[in-house]
Amino acid sequence: MSEASTDLYQKRIQIYPRSVKGRFRNLKTGVLVLAYVVYYLLPWLRWERTNAPDQAVLYDLPGRHFYIFGLTIQVQDIFWLAGVLIIFAVLLFFVTGLAGRIWCGYFCFQTLWTDLYMMIEHWVQGERPARMRLDKGPWNREKLIKKGGTYGLWLLVALWTGFTFTAYWADAPTLLADMLLGRAPYAAYFTTCLLTATTFVMAGLAREQVCTYMCPYARFQSAMFDHDTLIISYDEKRGEGTRGRTRLGKGLKTREERQAEGAGDCIDCGYCVQVCPVGIDIRNGLQYQCISCALCIDACDTIMDNLQWPRGLIRYTSENALNGRKTRLLKPKTIGYGVILTAATAILIWSIATRAPYTATVEQIRQPLYTQLSDGGIRNTYEIKLNNKLTAPMTLGIRIAGLSGAVLDMDGMERIQLEPQERLKLLARVQIPPVAASGAVGDTVTFIVEPLAGVTAEPIRREVPFYTPEGGR
Amino acid sequence: MSDNTPNAQQKSGAVQTTGHAWDGDLQEYNNPLPRWWLWCFYGTVAFSVLYWFIYPSWPVGQTWLKGFHTVSYTTVDKAGQEQEREHRWNTRALLLGDLGDAARDPQRKAMLAKVEAASYDQIVKDPKMMEFVRSVGKGLFGDNCAACHGRGGQGVVGMYPNLTDDDWLWGGSMDKIHETLVQGRNGFMPAFGQVLKPDQLDDVAEYVLTLSNEAQPGEASERGKAIFHGQTGGCYYCHGADAKGVPSQGAANLTDKIWAIADVPTQKTLQDKKAVLKTFIASGVNNTRVMPAWKGRLKDDDIKLLAVYVHQLGGAK
Repeated sequence: MSEASTDLYQKRIQIYPRSVKGRFRNLKTGVLVLAYVVYYLLPWLRWERTNAPDQAVLYDLPGRHFYIFGLTIQVQDIFWLAGVLIIFAVLLFFVTGLAGRIWCGYFCFQTLWTDLYMMIEHWVQGERPARMRLDKGPWNREKLIKKGGTYGLWLLVALWTGFTFTAYWADAPTLLADMLLGRAPYAAYFTTCLLTATTFVMAGLAREQVCTYMCPYARFQSAMFDHDTLIISYDEKRGEGTRGRTRLGKGLKTREERQAEGAGDCIDCGYCVQVCPVGIDIRNGLQYQCISCALCIDACDTIMDNLQWPRGLIRYTSENALNGRKTRLLKPKTIGYGVILTAATAILIWSIATRAPYTATVEQIRQPLYTQLSDGGIRNTYEIKLNNKLTAPMTLGIRIAGLSGAVLDMDGMERIQLEPQERLKLLARVQIPPVAASGAVGDTVTFIVEPLAGVTAEPIRREVPFYTPEGGR
Repeated sequence: MSDNTPNAQQKSGAVQTTGHAWDGDLQEYNNPLPRWWLWCFYGTVAFSVLYWFIYPSWPVGQTWLKGFHTVSYTTVDKAGQEQEREHRWNTRALLLGDLGDAARDPQRKAMLAKVEAASYDQIVKDPKMMEFVRSVGKGLFGDNCAACHGRGGQGVVGMYPNLTDDDWLWGGSMDKIHETLVQGRNGFMPAFGQVLKPDQLDDVAEYVLTLSNEAQPGEASERGKAIFHGQTGGCYYCHGADAKGVPSQGAANLTDKIWAIADVPTQKTLQDKKAVLKTFIASGVNNTRVMPAWKGRLKDDDIKLLAVYVHQLGGAK
């Protein structure tokens, strides 16, 4: 490669975030622990079910059932997933419009796993200067052990992350045993390896580049910002004064001295830059790389506390507040998002709460459309599909209405028992006598499927066409 | 690359050329490919070499390099014996493997065994078995029967009987249908064109139409009745004294509304109805309505499945 092409691409500058203590760090750690407890332990939680797997959360693809605690979701209810996605999308808009990139800073799995990987790195290799020294230094025994140790631990975490993901799709204890004994299906190994690789690469190596270059959410969230949105901002007026950033020095020690000299409160210690996981300087203003993790607030607060100056040189604020105007939270946009969010959530809850315990569909068998019988009557045939969505048996009754003189013949299966979660296809013949057959073109017949035992629910009515020869007999 | 605006390098003067000059001053910029692109390209080259060894690739004379990758699969032959096979990777072997897997699917096997062991009565009363019969029977019927009887078993008037109605030439019980499938049938009716005079044919046709209320009884039909039940025509030998047909002979019931051969129902006028009927009585049926025997061509299990399937097509009575 020629040198001329290299300036088209910027080489990544390694970031060595310094650790920091503070209230936002504690909040982030709390979220992280909670999220990991849920993610890593949920597949192991058992849940008593009759005639179904006893894993509390299980996405059973071969069986076409999603089990979420007491809720069993069948394939035909998959549109709930669309509802959940809509709610999450609107929630993201709502929160982002109000409080900025809260998702990025506290909840995004990229942030969480990067955080965990940085903690491991910090634990093995030490604080920022030690890590920088280690990277610059020669490949000696210490460097090999520390780097190897870090990568090894990362790999273990990645592996367990990958396996945990796979465990949501199969019985976790069985899957673990099968995978260790080498008899698990190919898909399980593939999924685990894929998730291991992505976790390792994204959280260990790519890190902030995922947010900066790959993530679409990061970019379009800024489109939802306005002057009232909460952002993490450096108070430039307070920090810079008239002289700009000034380090502590002779005659510039106390606030009073500094203010007399025109110096602001920023002592240019650089702590806020060192703790930043995406490697930006918050004092340069709002930047698209900023994931709003608030660690720079913790860093600055620490310094201010040490100096016994008031906190908040870097703080959550809005553009309006910074410019001395009022921050309006109740705007049409926020209210609109709030209304949509509430409505979507309510519809989803209503839909799940009132879900039918069984489904029934009736399809006409259209080959042939009708059959002429020996007495001159006409017969149409239908396929009825029944699906018991419960984990208990039920008895359903099938009858017809709405077609005069019609007789239903199902070989005695008009009353049918369905086993738990059973799906059944039945054949139904509907027959009308010769008199009724004349001129009965374009008629319909209504099938009524009603619960007889094991369940209470509204009957399901299905109106289907009934064909006769054109012009009658 | 065809962009005429100079990029940053060119502006800064750090332009690289290929070093050649044509026609005195014509030079070519050296714009190397992006590094990531180049490495992806090298990656695909390496992948293709690996691919040649694993999968079928290069033609060599009349044959080709078959690759090391093999597919093992199990096929089930007509006798139901499983045979392990191994083949160099190709999509046909994959398909055969899938087909074998389907045939050896434990659920399907268990259900098939259950159906084979059950009596006809038991099968008809069991919704799960009937669901299985309809599902498998539809495939069997489509492969073996639909060519004549139609995809839904509706047949063709004059050619192939309708299997969905409740009229059976050779009997509609499960056992009779099974018999029909196993040994086949050959429909026969003598031609009366030479035996009866045209006006006699006319009278017989008139009489037969009155049997199913297509025509009103009258003088002509009375004459036809005499021919039908007398020595002149002798139709009652096969169709019976009540004209309701004799299933053991494959003789049709003439009193119902179903017409398997003469297309009476679609004719508008009585004259037309009589005409098609006369034509048919005159020519008869001789080796034109043959159902082949399926024993030996289909497995016994499949014949049983088909018998149940055809039986339920026709209303299962």
